[in-house]
Amino acid sequence: MDPKEAAKQKEYRDLVKAMEPRPSFLRNMLLAFLVGGAICLLGQFVFDFFKGLERTEAEASAITLAAMIFLGAIATGLGVYDELGELGGAGAAVPITGFSNSIVSAAMEFKREGLILGMGCKMFTIAGPVLVYGILSGFLVGLVKGVLLGYFR
Amino acid sequence: MAVKRQGLGTIAFSSPPHIIAASTIVGPREGEGPLAASFDTVTKTDLYGEKTPEKAEYRLLEEACQGALTKAKLEAGDIHYYLGGDLLNQIVTSSFVARQLGIPYLGLYAACATIGEGLALGAMIIDGGFADKVLVGAASHYHTAERQFRYPVELNIQHRGTNQTTVTGAGAAILASSGQGPRVTQATLGKVVDYGLKDANDLGSAMAPAAADTLVRHFQDTGTTPGDYDLILTGDLARMGSKMFHKLLQDAGYVLGGKHQDAGLLIFSPQQKAGAGGSGAGCIASVLFGHVLKEMYQGRYHKILVLPTGALFSPLTCQQGESIPCIAHALVIEEG
Repeated sequence: MDPKEAAKQKEYRDLVKAMEPRPSFLRNMLLAFLVGGAICLLGQFVFDFFKGLERTEAEASAITLAAMIFLGAIATGLGVYDELGELGGAGAAVPITGFSNSIVSAAMEFKREGLILGMGCKMFTIAGPVLVYGILSGFLVGLVKGVLLGYFR
Repeated sequence: MAVKRQGLGTIAFSSPPHIIAASTIVGPREGEGPLAASFDTVTKTDLYGEKTPEKAEYRLLEEACQGALTKAKLEAGDIHYYLGGDLLNQIVTSSFVARQLGIPYLGLYAACATIGEGLALGAMIIDGGFADKVLVGAASHYHTAERQFRYPVELNIQHRGTNQTTVTGAGAAILASSGQGPRVTQATLGKVVDYGLKDANDLGSAMAPAAADTLVRHFQDTGTTPGDYDLILTGDLARMGSKMFHKLLQDAGYVLGGKHQDAGLLIFSPQQKAGAGGSGAGCIASVLFGHVLKEMYQGRYHKILVLPTGALFSPLTCQQGESIPCIAHALVIEEG
């Protein structure tokens, strides 16, 4: 490319970057805290409820996770969770309800191509990377822990 | 000798075709916007009673085409060619409509600029003496575009201020060698312009250089300035793209001022939380064939320049790190 033209395009790209509307970080962080916090508070109530029913804390926390996943799925089906995400950003994405939303929203979206090739194949298009890198990082951290604690001697 | 060419690349039609009828249909969200009264039909739901949004999109375009035929008191058989396009892979929506219409069909793709390509080609076909009546149409649907270009609709995503909202809607018009209605007098077809922008969340800024390139070439070819037009309508640069477009035009020595409007900014009000504005092949099509043509019929506009813009990328090329090539076609429409 002609260097003058390249310089012009570079100048334009820089101008776009400079003129882009900046998100309000303070507002976004506050909203993420509030939305994420509200979800976690709800999770705490659910956990306290199940602690009275289950024998051990581990069992109570397992069923709490299942309940939160269920609630996330319901909120997605009702068309509420995407609004929460718009408002709270990572506050809605990070809790397990967000993970549930990523699977259910994809399942809803692709159901119309059939249960096998549509929903079955594409249900994990969004959640897939979370699983892949979640498992991979879990393995690596476990490996480091194992080496440090001397399990491989 | 190409006798109908003016300047380096503008076409001046010797017997400019008339837009004898046009019809529009939009979804519920667009029907709540500022232009609500200008559309022929506003559907009650996004799905429009269909099982899939793809089917809904197909019905929108079909009904827009039928609406234009009805207004012109014509049957599909009276039309010599149908030129249509949409955003979906393999432009299925328009092809499905063509299957229904049974008219010789040319499928077009220029993303959101599709209707511009259709009008220019339709006018060339008629002015060239190859047809008397040509039907042009374009459609888009929020749900079908989201899933193809972005994410599932119900996914928790925080949109950025530069994100545009795909319009659910369709517009169709009939161009004819004789009759009543505004005339397509000139066309400047766009080059693919790519300033190396890669952000699919800000297509307005990517498309602005293409729009500016075509418009400046048009001004140079025809010796006109923004003052010669009652309206310069882009579609759809939206808020961010419009800002950049004004800046680029200013650098080239043209001040647009209040002459410029953008279909993406007209169709939604800021209260509708549609991000930077509307987009999609159905946006400029429904705004031009609804609101703008009605203003022309009422004598508010006499000579306008329409500049539909399209981002010619695919999600695949974006993920592979390619920049976004863009195009814009300019059309001059004058009262008939």
